[in-house]
Amino acid sequence: MTGLAFLIPIALLMGALGLAAFFWAMRSGQYDDMDGAANRILIDEEESE
Amino acid sequence: MNAPTAFDQSELIDTRFTVPGMRCAGCIAKIERELPKIDGIAAARVNFSSKRVAISHQPALGETELGEALLGLGFEAQKIADNPLGSDDRERKQLMRALAVAGFGMMNIMLLSVSIWSGAEGSTRELFHWLSALIAMPVIAYSGRPFFSSAWMALKFRRTNMDVPISIGVILATALSLYETATGGEHAYFESAVMLLFFLLAGRALDAEMRTRTRAGIGALLGRMGKTASVIGPDGSTQRLPAGQLEPGMLVLVAAGEALAADGEIEDGTSALDNAMLTGESTPEPVGVGSIVHAGAINLGAPIRVRLTRVAGDTAIDEIARLMDEAGQSRSSYIRIADRASRAYAPVVHTLAALAFVGWMMAGAGWHQSLVIAIAVLIITCPCAMGLAVPTAQVVASGALLKRGLLVKDGSALERLAECNMALFDKTGTLTLGEPRADVSGLDAQARSVALGLAQNSRHPLSKGLVATLRAEGVEPAAIESVREASGQGLAGSWNGLDVALERPEATSTELATQLRIGPDVHALTFADPLRLDSQATLKELREVGIDASILSGDRNEAVEAVAAKLDLPATASASPQDKLATLEALKAAGRKPLMIGDGLNDGPALAAAHASIAPGTASDASQQAADAVFIGEKLMPVALAIRVARRTMQIVRQNFAFAIGYNVLAVPLALFGYVTPLIAAIAMSLSSLVVVANSLRLAGSAK
Repeated sequence: MTGLAFLIPIALLMGALGLAAFFWAMRSGQYDDMDGAANRILIDEEESE
Repeated sequence: MNAPTAFDQSELIDTRFTVPGMRCAGCIAKIERELPKIDGIAAARVNFSSKRVAISHQPALGETELGEALLGLGFEAQKIADNPLGSDDRERKQLMRALAVAGFGMMNIMLLSVSIWSGAEGSTRELFHWLSALIAMPVIAYSGRPFFSSAWMALKFRRTNMDVPISIGVILATALSLYETATGGEHAYFESAVMLLFFLLAGRALDAEMRTRTRAGIGALLGRMGKTASVIGPDGSTQRLPAGQLEPGMLVLVAAGEALAADGEIEDGTSALDNAMLTGESTPEPVGVGSIVHAGAINLGAPIRVRLTRVAGDTAIDEIARLMDEAGQSRSSYIRIADRASRAYAPVVHTLAALAFVGWMMAGAGWHQSLVIAIAVLIITCPCAMGLAVPTAQVVASGALLKRGLLVKDGSALERLAECNMALFDKTGTLTLGEPRADVSGLDAQARSVALGLAQNSRHPLSKGLVATLRAEGVEPAAIESVREASGQGLAGSWNGLDVALERPEATSTELATQLRIGPDVHALTFADPLRLDSQATLKELREVGIDASILSGDRNEAVEAVAAKLDLPATASASPQDKLATLEALKAAGRKPLMIGDGLNDGPALAAAHASIAPGTASDASQQAADAVFIGEKLMPVALAIRVARRTMQIVRQNFAFAIGYNVLAVPLALFGYVTPLIAAIAMSLSSLVVVANSLRLAGSAK
């Protein structure tokens, strides 16, 4: 049962991290342009000048 | 993108443009790479989904210069207001956050609950209950807000809505769970309360997403209108005025290639107008002195002078946008099947729970046990299976349809498609391809390649049609030198020392035609807007499922009658957008459930007002936004397929409902008589959900 003392906080922390990552992604606008993201992968890197 | 910035960041300002011409990754790359090379522009960022560009630049650069810079790259652009995203977007994001929090809470509490159900006892159980409470309280307070505030608003005005029973259920379950936790009781129901919130929020978030897209369509529609106009003063001088400052009676000069900013009547000049965005008709409309012209039309030919009659806020295009908005709103009040069922269902469950409490109290079970049983009734009837019945079936069916070229935009659209019992088709662009296709059978290989070499230099609809026909046959363009285009005359150039031209035919005819001249040889080319190849088959299939089709078109009588006779359909021609809307309203008032299939902007209000609507992928953006579904490609068959799959979907949905109700009919009495432990309730609940999902998956192969 002492294992629980570690495992439960770890589970909660990992869940909270995922939640924080989602909030951060939403705030930084990563869901604003889904079609654009799909297209950008096709753009070649610019030649170094 | 990462252009080296030699700018003082604090001085830069952001200007947003809408660029409808962006089509591919190349366009994004071009705009983001080329713009920062212009003096004064620090960076450009494209939002492809909303077709917008945000340019960060020095204040010295004005809107006109930026617009010209974009035009220089080959993109027409319009400036948009600084904060285009209003409260709708905030509401949507708030729902997404609430959903994420509820999801987090649900997973963690479930983890704890499963161990309690599988037999955790004593201090462990107590600890887990307290942990659940610690997670659940903030989660419910945060994620429940959309429901609590809506329920509170309804109660304040002495009304009730779906959110009232939801709020009562959640608060009651939470309060009893807290009491149980505090008194070291056996059962807490935090997981049920949070799960309920999670599933409900998922539905709401999807709904908000759909509504945001519709609004964006209306914005795109108004964005196409000319934003400024050259007004000719009494002394003959011209002055550039924004559309908002135009007044009826002003005389305006419209140059070739310019979009009209207001409605009016031509006073001087003859030209051809591209009215595609208003009517969806691809053929340029010849206009002369006295013709009525509308905002949004693009002048393809010579400059014309227009006396304005109706200006900003009053033009035909504004009217259409307003009709669409109103029609869209009246439809959002449509009560969906799930809502109808749960509206009847929720009060029954609450009454049952209340009766269980009173009954057990009278039987002398004590208030605590009575309340536990009452809550068990609430929990076991947690509308999970009920809530999944509709969305899972719709998601699977939409996925199957998508593979067959039909994009269903809204879950409720399938419900409405299944209910339709008649269909109205627009003609041009819907029954027909909407593009003139040339008859090139009279040309030899050489002439074909010359024709393609010439035509690909022009954006005229006939040239584009010719190019599409020739490219489809694998013709390689010939190298034509010194190509020049004269408005209203055609294209000319030289090829191997011969004068070649695509020009207006000498003989005037009612048919769309052009002639190809290669040196001394002249070939006549005729154009037609062909019917979609499988129109007949699609209509036959529709008849088989009991749907009568007819044509409702804004086109001329003769053109519509020809198509109607060919397809053996009743037809109404020369219908204005208002007529179309009135026709649909009348049909709906008569109890019919019309399906509208159309592509033009003039179909916009009708698409929004119809019981369900489908638009082809070539339709104007506004029409695609107004429609429930969009089909891609040159085939019409996805329309019939949509009806068939929609009906099959509703069949599955009804089965799911029957199962969910059957499950409740069995489980509720057991719970009422106190035989159900929370573990059994949880297993029964998840099993019933799994059965519903599995049943829905049968739809995957339905679109064959």
